[in-house]
Amino acid sequence: MKTATKLEDAAALIPEGAVLLIGGFMAVGTPERMIDALVERGVGGFTVVANDTALVGKGIGKLVTAGLVKKVIASHIGLNPETQQKMIAGEIEVELVPQGTLIERIRAGGVGLGGVLTQTGLGTPVEEGKQIVEVQGERYLLEEPIRGDFALIKAKQADYKGNLDYALTAHNFNPVMAMAAETVIAEAEVIVPIGAIHPDAVKTPGILVDHILEGEL
Amino acid sequence: MNAKEIIARRVAMEVKDGMLVNLGIGLPSMVTNYLPDDVDVMFQAENGVVGLGGSAMPGFENKDLTDAGGGLVMAVPGAASIDSAVSFGLIRGGHLDMTVLGGLQVDERGYLANWMVPGKMVPGMGGAMDLVAGAKQVIVSMVHTAKGSPKIVPECTLPLTAERRVSLIVTEMAVIEPTDEGLVLRELGPEATVEQVVQATTAKLIIPETVPRMAL
Repeated sequence: MKTATKLEDAAALIPEGAVLLIGGFMAVGTPERMIDALVERGVGGFTVVANDTALVGKGIGKLVTAGLVKKVIASHIGLNPETQQKMIAGEIEVELVPQGTLIERIRAGGVGLGGVLTQTGLGTPVEEGKQIVEVQGERYLLEEPIRGDFALIKAKQADYKGNLDYALTAHNFNPVMAMAAETVIAEAEVIVPIGAIHPDAVKTPGILVDHILEGEL
Repeated sequence: MNAKEIIARRVAMEVKDGMLVNLGIGLPSMVTNYLPDDVDVMFQAENGVVGLGGSAMPGFENKDLTDAGGGLVMAVPGAASIDSAVSFGLIRGGHLDMTVLGGLQVDERGYLANWMVPGKMVPGMGGAMDLVAGAKQVIVSMVHTAKGSPKIVPECTLPLTAERRVSLIVTEMAVIEPTDEGLVLRELGPEATVEQVVQATTAKLIIPETVPRMAL
C-alpha cells in the first residue's frame, strides 16, 4: 500500500539535470499540478522527453517559460513559439523525433529492448547518422531506446496500490512512459480505494508506480 | 465552389465503406463534410482515438477528448481510446487504410515534402512521417500552387517526409497519380484545362488522350 505524496515532496525528489518523461499531447494528459510544483521549486536543467512542448502557459510550456528545460526530445514544438525562440537563441537543444518512433523508443526503453527497427524516417533528415538494417529484404532504421530518470504521469484514477487507468485521448504517452523511468510519479484526477479500479481496466499495474500525488483539497 | 471545397469533395470520393481513415489538420479535415451518408468509415486521430466524431457540441466538451490538432471533439458510438503505441502501431502496421495530408511539394517520384522549410519553419514532423511511411493509401490534398509558385516539381527541394510514393495528389486543378512511369494526369478540376495544369506544374506530366473532369 502506498500513501499519497505531497506535491512539494514529489517535486523535491527531482534533481537538477534530470531526464523527465512527461505524458501529454498538447497538454491533454499532462500532470499539470506536478508541473506547477516544479515551476514553484525552480530547479531545472531538465531534459524533457515528451510528444510536444504544448502551448505557452499550458503543461510543458510552463517549464519552458520558467527556463527549466535544457533539452527537448519531442515530435512537435510548432505550437509553442517560446520553444522555437529558445531553440534559435541556443538556450534549448531540440531533438525532433517522429511521433511513432518516439513512442516506440520509449517503449523499448521500458520493456528491455535494445532498439526499434522502423521504416519511418528513411530517406529523410531523420536517417542521418543512424544505422540501416536489412531484415527480410526490407530496409529499416535502427532507433535507440530512451529511458528517463523520472516519468511524470497523468491518470484518470489511481488507487493506493498505484494502479492507474486513463481517460480517452489523455492516454497518449502516459502508459508507455510509466514503464520507462527509474521513478514514476503519477498524478490522478482522483485517488480511489484499492479494488475500485477493476483489474481489466488497469492500464498501468501499481508495481510500476512509485508515488501517487495527493489530491486537491 | 472554392479551391478547398473542390479538393475536399474530390478526396471524399476516395473514401470507401469500411475504411479506417486519418485526416490531417486543416484542409484534409474538411473531407468529412462531403462523405456520402451510406459510407460507414471510422476516423482515427493519432493522439489516441479510433472513431473520432466531429467538433464537440456546446455542453459536450470533454477536456480529455481532443483531435490531433488539440480541438475538442466527440467520439462516435463504438469508438475506442488507445495509447500512442497502439495508435502508431495501427499506422505503421498496415491497419490504416488511408491518410489524407497537406503538402508543400510533391515530385515526379511521388515523394512528398510537408514538414519543414529549412530556416523558416521547423515545427517538427509530429506523426506525418509515420503516416506517410505506414498508411496503405496516402492522399496529398493541397492547392495546386503556392500563390502561383509550383508545388508539383521535378524533385523536392525541401526535406522529404518519407521515401515512399504517395497514392494520389488532389488539387483544385487536377487529380494526379504517381506511377512507375511518372505522374499521370487523371482528372481535371471543374474550371481547369490541361494547358493550365501543365503551366502550373514544373514536374513532367503524362497526359492520356482523354482526361475527364472530376465527377463532383
